[in-house]
Amino acid sequence: MSNPHANLERRRQAIYGWLLLSPAALLLSVFAFYPSLATLWSSTFSRGNRRNPSEYIGLENYADLFADPTFWLVVRNNLFYAGVTIPVSIFIALSMALWANSKIPARGFVRTAYFTPTVLPMIAAANLWLFFYTPGLGVLDQIGALFGLPSVNWLGQPETALWAIIIVTIWKEAGFFMIFYLAALQTIPEDLKEAADIEGASRWTYTRRIVLPLLMPTTLFIMVNAMINSVKLIDHLFILTKGGPSDASKLILYYIWEMAFAFFDAPHAAAMTMLVLLVLGIVAAIQFFFIDRRTHYQ
Amino acid sequence: MTTQPFVSLKGIGKRWNGKLGVEDVSLDIPEGAFVALLGPSGCGKSTTLRLLAGLEIPDEGKIVIDGRDVTTSAASDRNLSMVFQSYALFPHLSVAENVMFGLKVRRVPRAERLEKLKRALEITGLTGLEDRKPGELSGGQRQRVALARAIVAGQRLCLMDEPLSNLDAKLRNAVRKDIKKLQRDLGITVVYVTHDQTEAMSMADIVVLMKDGRIQQIGSPQELYSAPVNTFVAEFVGAPPMALIKGHALTGFDDDTTIGLRAENIRLEKPGKGRLVCTVTECEFLGAETFIGLAHDHATGLTLKAPGMALHPSGHTVEISFADGDLHVFDSGGKRVARAT
Repeated sequence: MSNPHANLERRRQAIYGWLLLSPAALLLSVFAFYPSLATLWSSTFSRGNRRNPSEYIGLENYADLFADPTFWLVVRNNLFYAGVTIPVSIFIALSMALWANSKIPARGFVRTAYFTPTVLPMIAAANLWLFFYTPGLGVLDQIGALFGLPSVNWLGQPETALWAIIIVTIWKEAGFFMIFYLAALQTIPEDLKEAADIEGASRWTYTRRIVLPLLMPTTLFIMVNAMINSVKLIDHLFILTKGGPSDASKLILYYIWEMAFAFFDAPHAAAMTMLVLLVLGIVAAIQFFFIDRRTHYQ
Repeated sequence: MTTQPFVSLKGIGKRWNGKLGVEDVSLDIPEGAFVALLGPSGCGKSTTLRLLAGLEIPDEGKIVIDGRDVTTSAASDRNLSMVFQSYALFPHLSVAENVMFGLKVRRVPRAERLEKLKRALEITGLTGLEDRKPGELSGGQRQRVALARAIVAGQRLCLMDEPLSNLDAKLRNAVRKDIKKLQRDLGITVVYVTHDQTEAMSMADIVVLMKDGRIQQIGSPQELYSAPVNTFVAEFVGAPPMALIKGHALTGFDDDTTIGLRAENIRLEKPGKGRLVCTVTECEFLGAETFIGLAHDHATGLTLKAPGMALHPSGHTVEISFADGDLHVFDSGGKRVARAT
């Protein structure tokens, strides 16, 4: 039991392990764990000013948020935004990947073309789309005018503003996700297709019964990523709508930013950040523990 | 019995970017035969199989299966099954789902599907493993799943692309017998690709030996062994392969001929009485016999088969002789020369 050599060896292994772990642990502690805890801490204090210094108020900041109609509007916006962008961009990414993976002429060009939106900086892309959407001058309106359609202020009216943001996101994300699907498709051996051919499976059957299940790990990965991205989106909003009109296109992170740096209400912003972290954590856990079980990893 | 062959390839050619794949391959296969396509790697045997399967379309020639011209038909229309070298099992499907995949695709009713599955698993000895995934099976079991998938639909033609190359030597011997028995019991026609001449010789009714995209010889294992049409066949078939001796080393033969000689036809001779004087290079003791490798300036692959344990020190000089009737004679181009006697 207490073999001194074995103990020494185990201790050496343990030290080695901790040494390898420490750079990442240090970085994560300084830039992720500590800020999270600090945020949690500050979310339980009231906003201080010269007359009333900041004091501990427990969960009051959270209660305020739940009573705030704008908060609920922003949550609804974000859910709608995620509910549309995630499935649509995954579907488009998968279709493009299946197509760009088949034997087509100029395959390299097609792949590059699809990937271009991802390479563009967010701000540049948003400015590009700002031009597309501009009433009167914009490309969309000019095309519409050819068919005699009236000018539409896509970003300036509550009914279309969020949709305009959604389309920009899909345009940007689909190409990015396609790269993951392309990589996954290349790991599927060619002879599976041949075996399915000989068994008489159509292209569609092969895709549905063989390719899609084998792509499940990738889909899961993309879903988690898209989910996080949908909460992280902020740069487009700065350029395109600033959350307007009348909060129609305001998303969670933009609202947090607004609260912290426009209204200087750090405690409420901290409380909202904690809620976002909590929800994202739960979603990631569900995705990894439940869908994971039904997923085949090669 | 009809005289028409079950499978027929006529003048098949296939090239990739001017590079040779196969050239002028013609082959007739009677129903129920076990045909081995044999040859070194890159000889076009796999290409021939893939052309037959419909995974490639030939540039020229004609393929007929069961009286139907299928030269340009899709793989699924050819009514055949195939076992891949990598097995090509669907990794996310269970054994049962893998085996039934084709039946499901062809919309076979559920009851019949399960009946066929049960039978196929029984034949291949996989009963009880229905719910396992391929990743949870051993190499031999995976191989049998691939076999079960190939036979479950009851196709009369089954193609096999080096199905044993991923198994260890012991398992290979066992599965070899299983496949042969399966083929005979089910009465199916098998076209089997291999680079291992032992496999081809022990399993096949007809061996097709290929080299550089062309067929060298078609015949029974016995024909290939006892009457190789050229020096390539002579050196490829048999273990050990046939020894080749330059004609001028022996009296009574033209200088530009090559003489072939099998190990079992060589005998040791007392000094001064042999027809060739050689040096022993190595001895390989196999239990029932010993192979003694011999070196001679004008011969390659000279091996003597001696019964039991018969070790000679390397470097030792020995004399050998052989009967004229056991010699195979090839002309300067390597072609077999028919002999009067």
